[in-house]
Amino acid sequence: MRVIAAMSGGVDSAVAAARAVEAGHDVTGIHLALSRNPASYRSGARGCCTVEDANDARRAADVIGIPFYVWDMSDRFHEDVVEDFMAEYAAGRTPNPCLRCNERIKFAAVLDRALGLGFDAVVTGHYAVVRDGADGVELHRASDAAKDQSYVLGVLTQDQLRHSLFPLGDTPKPLVRQEAARRGLLVADKPDSHDICFVADGDNAGWLREKLPDAVGRTPGPILDEAGAEVGRHEGTLGLTIGQRRGLRLGVPAADGKPRFVLDISPVSGTVTVGPREHLAVDRIEGIKPRWCGGAPARLDGAGVTVQLRAHGEEHRAAVSVTRAEPVEASTVAIELLDPAFGIAPGQAAVIYDGTRVVGSVTIASTRRVSA
Amino acid sequence: MTRAPRTVYLDHAATTPMVPAAVEAMSAHLLEVGNASSLHASGRRARRVVEESRETIAQALGCRPGEVVFTSGGTEADNLALKGAFWSRRARDARRVRILSTGIEHHAVLDPLHWLAEVEGAQVELLPVDRDGRLSVDTLRSALAQAAEENALISVMWANNEVGTLQPLDEVVALAGEYGVPVHTDAVQAVGAVPVDFAASGVDALTLTGHKVGGPYGVGALLARRELDLTALLHGGGQERDVRSGTIDVPAIAGFAAAVELAVKEQSGYAARVGALRDQLVTGVLAAVPDAVLNGASTGSTDGGGADRLPGNAHFSFPDCEGDSLLMLLDAQGIECSTGSACSAGVPQPSHVLLAMGRSEAEARSSLRFSLGHTSTSADVEALVAAIGPCVERARSAGMR
Repeated sequence: MRVIAAMSGGVDSAVAAARAVEAGHDVTGIHLALSRNPASYRSGARGCCTVEDANDARRAADVIGIPFYVWDMSDRFHEDVVEDFMAEYAAGRTPNPCLRCNERIKFAAVLDRALGLGFDAVVTGHYAVVRDGADGVELHRASDAAKDQSYVLGVLTQDQLRHSLFPLGDTPKPLVRQEAARRGLLVADKPDSHDICFVADGDNAGWLREKLPDAVGRTPGPILDEAGAEVGRHEGTLGLTIGQRRGLRLGVPAADGKPRFVLDISPVSGTVTVGPREHLAVDRIEGIKPRWCGGAPARLDGAGVTVQLRAHGEEHRAAVSVTRAEPVEASTVAIELLDPAFGIAPGQAAVIYDGTRVVGSVTIASTRRVSA
Repeated sequence: MTRAPRTVYLDHAATTPMVPAAVEAMSAHLLEVGNASSLHASGRRARRVVEESRETIAQALGCRPGEVVFTSGGTEADNLALKGAFWSRRARDARRVRILSTGIEHHAVLDPLHWLAEVEGAQVELLPVDRDGRLSVDTLRSALAQAAEENALISVMWANNEVGTLQPLDEVVALAGEYGVPVHTDAVQAVGAVPVDFAASGVDALTLTGHKVGGPYGVGALLARRELDLTALLHGGGQERDVRSGTIDVPAIAGFAAAVELAVKEQSGYAARVGALRDQLVTGVLAAVPDAVLNGASTGSTDGGGADRLPGNAHFSFPDCEGDSLLMLLDAQGIECSTGSACSAGVPQPSHVLLAMGRSEAEARSSLRFSLGHTSTSADVEALVAAIGPCVERARSAGMR
């Protein structure tokens, strides 16, 4: 096959590209330029859009021996990922831009362009497995549970999966690093990226305050306990997340002395409610905008059905029922959690699994508290 | 991707292969010792090579040997001319902080100008160009008339590197003369391609570089009239009449001089031969892609007299087609060209030259430059003409994103 290797400048995508070459594919490396003004000398290697990262990707392509280009996806990325991120936070939700990027950029804009240019697939360094199943291809968790990235790929449809290669799905990360070193790739010991790539210093709230000067959620307001008493003040709800504990600077201690967490945020009234961790417990999720990796199920309640609610989060046993509508994205999905979950915010993605297989994903619209 | 058996190199404006005469001249000195500033026999021998090279270049380009300042290349020569002249002019008369230039200059001119504006308080005005990429002389005239006592410098390139349009330098020099403002020109693309005579041109400073004329990388020169005061950028041993310190790169300068001498000697034959190839390329590409648009000045007369475009330059917009995609598809077939965009920062930007020429961002992004040079053949052109149609079709199906 002729494949495009999306190379971030990190070790995983470099090894993935090398393996694609070794598997006999005709590989062309690309690096996505996602910002018009890349932070050139950002310390460390935390993001995926610095000049240094582009150079690391280029050097990896040199070593692997494949052509290499930079694709400018900055406009698309800004429209589809960054603006969405800002709008979601402004509305008091907690988006996951990495899923959004996979859905709209890496496996949409990039894949479309690749197919248009005569390529057959896109290869990335994600830790996940695509394999043939009874009804087409299936997406499964990686064998290295600690690195499994099937969660951020849960938005991919059958058509996108058919044109995706994830050569690292069966390999534990340490072996990938060893292999990179053996192949002479200089990124072998480059640190993993963790933060949101366009928020340079990892300070989401600060970034949002800077980018959204006029947004709702910038007005200081009260922090109330569940009885309605003011226990502190906040500088604006922007960047606060349900389940958050740190940085609240509550002036009035809790009666029981236990830590308190953000339970609710209303960006319009500017009110934030805090309470004990057990009041964060959620046993039911209403999901919208489902994306199914294969056919849309009606009900899933087998023993192996679980949902994952954040990247590298734990699995929760669940029963899922779908209220179908046309188009499919208009369907709603109810998820009963057999193991309660804590700190679940609207806007986050719930990815539904059957065993190791990804069934699909939904955006969390609302949750039901156990205590409610 | 499977590599094509042969590389079709259509990017001579980026860099062109060294000519054998330059390789010979350069290699003849690589194994010889001698710092050109040393007083002993080896030093004198090295110095002699440098001075002979200086005389060769002066002879070829119509200046005095003492007006040749060797630099590390075009970028340094541009920086020296702009910053050096600006600082000197302002030191003499604090009011002179205004620099007039064009919006289509190379980054080696634009970026120093932006720096001078930001850091040194220069007032930089980038004058508009017409749709062919030619400076509007009327705008220059009125710009010069405003605040005439503040004018420090004019910098207008001899020929544009992206679309090949020659600039009305005679008129620029005549106007500048009326106001007593020195003129710098970046002639990196012009030397060897069109007639260039420093004295006859009337400019005060002229940039050229080795690797665009068949010489080595990393060496160039600023031709600067003795009367033009230049503040040095590099301070040290006082080489190059104290304007450009640094140990002199004897072999590179020997290769550079050999290349300039040959390029200038062969300029007229080169222009005729390469101009004819370029015309063949333009005709062939327009036949293969009828809605492609040739950017830049007319290709009508490139015989050396009254030419208004570089003979080796062809620059097209391919509507509904991403230039990057097209470049990649051609590259996969061994055909090498340029989008003309500055992507050194990792992010390809739409060409500032095309934007200055009034094109939309989409038009700018749909553009490619093919530039021919001394090694180009009819077979190169035929290979491109055969490939361009299917590649454009393919790139169009990949969309403009």
